[in-house]
Amino acid sequence: MPPPGIVIEGLCLRYAGESIFENLSVTLPGGRFSALLGPSGVGKTSLLRIIAGLEAPAAGRVYAEDNAPLAGRVAYMAQQDLLLPWASALNNVMLGATLRGEARDPQRAEALLHRVGLGHRLRALPATLSGGERQRVALARTLYEERPVVLMDEPFSALDAISRARIQELAAELLDQRTVLLITHDPLEACRLGHSLWVLAGNPATLGSPLTVPGAPPRAPDNNSVLHMQGELLRRLAALSPA
Amino acid sequence: MIRPFITLAGFIALWWAMAAYGGVPPYMLPSPQAVGAALWTQREYLATNAGVTLAEIAIGLTGGTILGALAALGVAASPVLQRWLLPVLVLSQAIPVFALAPLMVLWLGFGLTSKVAMAMLVIFFPVTANFLDGLRRTEAGWLDLARTMNAKPLYVLLRLRLPAALPALGSGLRVAAAVAPIGAILGEWVGASSGLGYVMLNANARIQPDLMFAALVVLMAIAIGLYVAVDKTLRRLLRWAPGS
Repeated sequence: MPPPGIVIEGLCLRYAGESIFENLSVTLPGGRFSALLGPSGVGKTSLLRIIAGLEAPAAGRVYAEDNAPLAGRVAYMAQQDLLLPWASALNNVMLGATLRGEARDPQRAEALLHRVGLGHRLRALPATLSGGERQRVALARTLYEERPVVLMDEPFSALDAISRARIQELAAELLDQRTVLLITHDPLEACRLGHSLWVLAGNPATLGSPLTVPGAPPRAPDNNSVLHMQGELLRRLAALSPA
Repeated sequence: MIRPFITLAGFIALWWAMAAYGGVPPYMLPSPQAVGAALWTQREYLATNAGVTLAEIAIGLTGGTILGALAALGVAASPVLQRWLLPVLVLSQAIPVFALAPLMVLWLGFGLTSKVAMAMLVIFFPVTANFLDGLRRTEAGWLDLARTMNAKPLYVLLRLRLPAALPALGSGLRVAAAVAPIGAILGEWVGASSGLGYVMLNANARIQPDLMFAALVVLMAIAIGLYVAVDKTLRRLLRWAPGS
């Protein structure tokens, strides 16, 4: 079954009487990497949490394009790695199975850790790993869930430039063919990874039409269309934020 | 590490000076030498009774910890228990536990059981309160992650909230280790035929202040040793938790 697109229909969200979205509608294409940018506080994380089923909108609905329920088909990667400090890298990868009371598959978890380049740190506790390594464990944990839809909330924002570039390539490769929504503050990250780039802005927030970047992700940082699109994105984002 | 011993040596010197030159009569303040002598000559008597007190403390600490941890888990797992039990647990702290010592001896007799019960009573609340606090403060991000993973509440409690609350349980255990001897000694004072509390009461009645002080020294050693052992064990088990 191909990964479904995500349909957002007439979404309204209000906090303390203030309207965050009013009648927000969009379809995120299935099997593609969608990058979501926008000024801080505009509601990107709220939108992601609604799709993940962690928050309920005041009105409207979110559903999978194939009409099957979205619940149970979504994996979530947050800004923090959310690794359990008492559990080894291997056990952190298998957390989902542990919390569902299912039989765990250490061989598969081990293979995933190998794929993210941590085959030699299977028993390591999170405190002994670097920030980049921790996010790679979190990526392996996300992959272990085998969900067709992956929601990512700035998962690489705290990493140094080199670790970030490496994990971006890894994520693009390993999450290929899944429906991914990636929130990011980094136009370069969006242009390297996204098939389509969305900017959420305004009050209440609206999504403009998406920008598309030619070529398959992960694109090289010095790729001409990446550089061109990055400039375009920066101009759009700068126009949105007060001087 | 060396500083507390210097301070301690200073106290002993002060004690010795007061006993030797301060004009305090020996039946009120025996000299350190007299207490040392009593520790040596009465070593078997003291050791036997220290063993009894130590057993009371150890069983009380284990039992109180198990009961306290189970109560916290029960309250954390069940909103019904939380509504019915939690206010009673908090209110029960208004009862001075010490006042229950005569009751424990009346109900459970002069033997080990009443002292173990007293130790458990003083331990129960710090363990429950600290552990429950930890169980209720699981990091929100972990719980969100668990939700997207379709986690079952029982496994979230046992495999996520419980281990995350272990440092808090550890704080409760440190308090418990410090107060457990109080419970046991109190039980012995109200009625016992052995134990360090019994030795102290007996020595007091027979005007043997050196023996009374010797029993106190042994009791202090037990209390400090217990605290250090619990603290060291917790540090080793909870190496993953920063600052525990």
